[in-house]
Amino acid sequence: MIGIAWKSIRNRWPTALLAVLAISMSVALILTVEKVRRDARDSFTQTVSGTDLIVGARSGAIQLLLYSVFRIGNATNNVSWESIEEIRRRPAVDWLIPLSLGDSHAGFRVLGTNEDYFTHYRYGKKQPLQLDGGEIFTDVFDAVIGSQVAKELGYVIGQSIVVAHGTGSVALVAHERQPFKVSGILRPTGTPVDRAIHVSLQGIEAMHVDWKNGASVKGEGTDADTIRAMELQPDAVTAALVGLKSRSMVFREQRAINTYRAEPLLAVLPGVALQELWGLVSVAEKALLIVSVCVVVAGLVNLISVLLAGLNERRREMAVLRSAGARPIHVFLLLCIESSVLTAGGILLGLLLHYGLVGAGSVYMQNKFGVSIGITLPDSTDLKILVAIAVAGVVAGTLPALQAYRNSLTDGLSQRL
Amino acid sequence: MTEMTDNIVHLDHLKFAWPGADTLVLDIPEFAMGRAERVFLKGPSGSGKTTLLSIIAAVLSPQSGSVVVDGVSLGDLRSGQKDQFRVDRIGLVFQQFNLLPFLSVRDNITLPCQFSKRRRAVALNAGRSLDDEVDRLLSAMHLKPSEVQHKRVTDLSVGQQQRVAVARALIGRPALVIADEPTSALDSDTRQAFIDLLFAEVNAAGSALLFVSHDASLAGVFDRCMDLSDINEAATSSSLQGDWL
Repeated sequence: MIGIAWKSIRNRWPTALLAVLAISMSVALILTVEKVRRDARDSFTQTVSGTDLIVGARSGAIQLLLYSVFRIGNATNNVSWESIEEIRRRPAVDWLIPLSLGDSHAGFRVLGTNEDYFTHYRYGKKQPLQLDGGEIFTDVFDAVIGSQVAKELGYVIGQSIVVAHGTGSVALVAHERQPFKVSGILRPTGTPVDRAIHVSLQGIEAMHVDWKNGASVKGEGTDADTIRAMELQPDAVTAALVGLKSRSMVFREQRAINTYRAEPLLAVLPGVALQELWGLVSVAEKALLIVSVCVVVAGLVNLISVLLAGLNERRREMAVLRSAGARPIHVFLLLCIESSVLTAGGILLGLLLHYGLVGAGSVYMQNKFGVSIGITLPDSTDLKILVAIAVAGVVAGTLPALQAYRNSLTDGLSQRL
Repeated sequence: MTEMTDNIVHLDHLKFAWPGADTLVLDIPEFAMGRAERVFLKGPSGSGKTTLLSIIAAVLSPQSGSVVVDGVSLGDLRSGQKDQFRVDRIGLVFQQFNLLPFLSVRDNITLPCQFSKRRRAVALNAGRSLDDEVDRLLSAMHLKPSEVQHKRVTDLSVGQQQRVAVARALIGRPALVIADEPTSALDSDTRQAFIDLLFAEVNAAGSALLFVSHDASLAGVFDRCMDLSDINEAATSSSLQGDWL
């Protein structure tokens, strides 16, 4: 029977191929959506790998996570430098990266920080940041730019840039008096780091030396060397990334910071904040999953329709089979085997297609969205999906098979045209 | 319900009407066919020839009367048993479209052996292997096994296709071969040659042959020639429903 079924499919390969393609596309889509969803989560998680706590002014955990790490949205308040120093001095704290946000250049965020950022910040699988060229800032007016900034704006080392106040892409007020110089360019990381311009905290202060009450002071302004000579110390920063000596102390430290008396602060575990974020986006994910499932259903409906449409022109074949001794149950089985073979072929091709997509898309995704996607063997969820599709395909195949069975009962050996 | 008789087919007071129709298509008080007998059955289109064949092949069931084929009373069989009975004991050849287009000539011929252990056993007995038997049958049908066996059946001429169909009907030596207008798609030159080959192989297999045609010119070589209207008392030549081709 299997031999006959196989030869029958081979004889009808154009339609069979269409059915296989429809199924394979749905398989590839659902697997890829699943994978992008999972890997996007992993990638988000990996953007802050190695950071134990994110500290900021008291607001929401998701908000803090978004503006400090993913540079989405703005802080409502700052953290005073005294508090930062206090936290840094805590015995459990291994390192602390201050982050100062609020300025931008050509739509890219300017991040004020210190050398610790380049030493302790980790992304992906605990990878450190690496320079593609140049060096980390040594001067107040040095800037280290992310790979995407360099690429999109065509900046090279030594380039002079003017930073604007505020984070909009259209600068309302520019810090023209204190231009910065690109000292280094970072390698691509596939994280928001690629889209940031890093300057020292002193640089941030320097920009605002002549600023009083949020507006530029009239006149010539202070020249660069005078500023360099000044003892610049930030009053406050936006947030800080904290690494602990031991992860086991994370909850104690979190509580200590959250109950800090001098200032209302918030410390969040990146992982926990991410979980809250996922809770928020799961609605969209579910919608995406539903669409994928619909595509799978469409693929199966297509399988049914291909087989059903073929039945009429195959009535004569069935009659020949019957006259050569095949029973109606054999006709039923023949169709079932055919649909199973088509489903299996669709799943196999779909897997190949999925890996092709992932292979081709991973580079693009990394560069465009900072989402890193690796080629992995199907995990248990994928296998469950595949088994479900296989079962659904076989079940779907019984519909045309039943029709063929009924046809062959009523037709008998007669050869209708 | 096995009756040991010398008859391969025995009809007794057979009456058949299509469901919902008032008039009888067949009303045959008696009809018998001996083992290894070759019977030519003629009659105009719509006279119920094909309906009669369907009844003998256990595809249709009569309203009343008994049908005994190869000692088996068909009325006693369940539908699954009828299918098995048919493939075990009857070889069928139709007017045309006898073959599955997606199978090779060889696979088409051995098809009944896939569904009937009995015919498979007989075929294996006849040759050293199933392939051997296929080769022998093809040669007997004047088809070169080496040339046609792996060809697509759609690449064969109609005459060749009909000969392949005969080879399939005869593999495993069924007791009865039913041929329903097998020559009507052939031209007159190949028609006689086809009949000769069919006869030779039916003889070799020891099968009975029930041959239906409206072309009386072929009747000469048969053991017996009969007109359906002679045995059928339901003269419904106006009804065309009976044709299942």
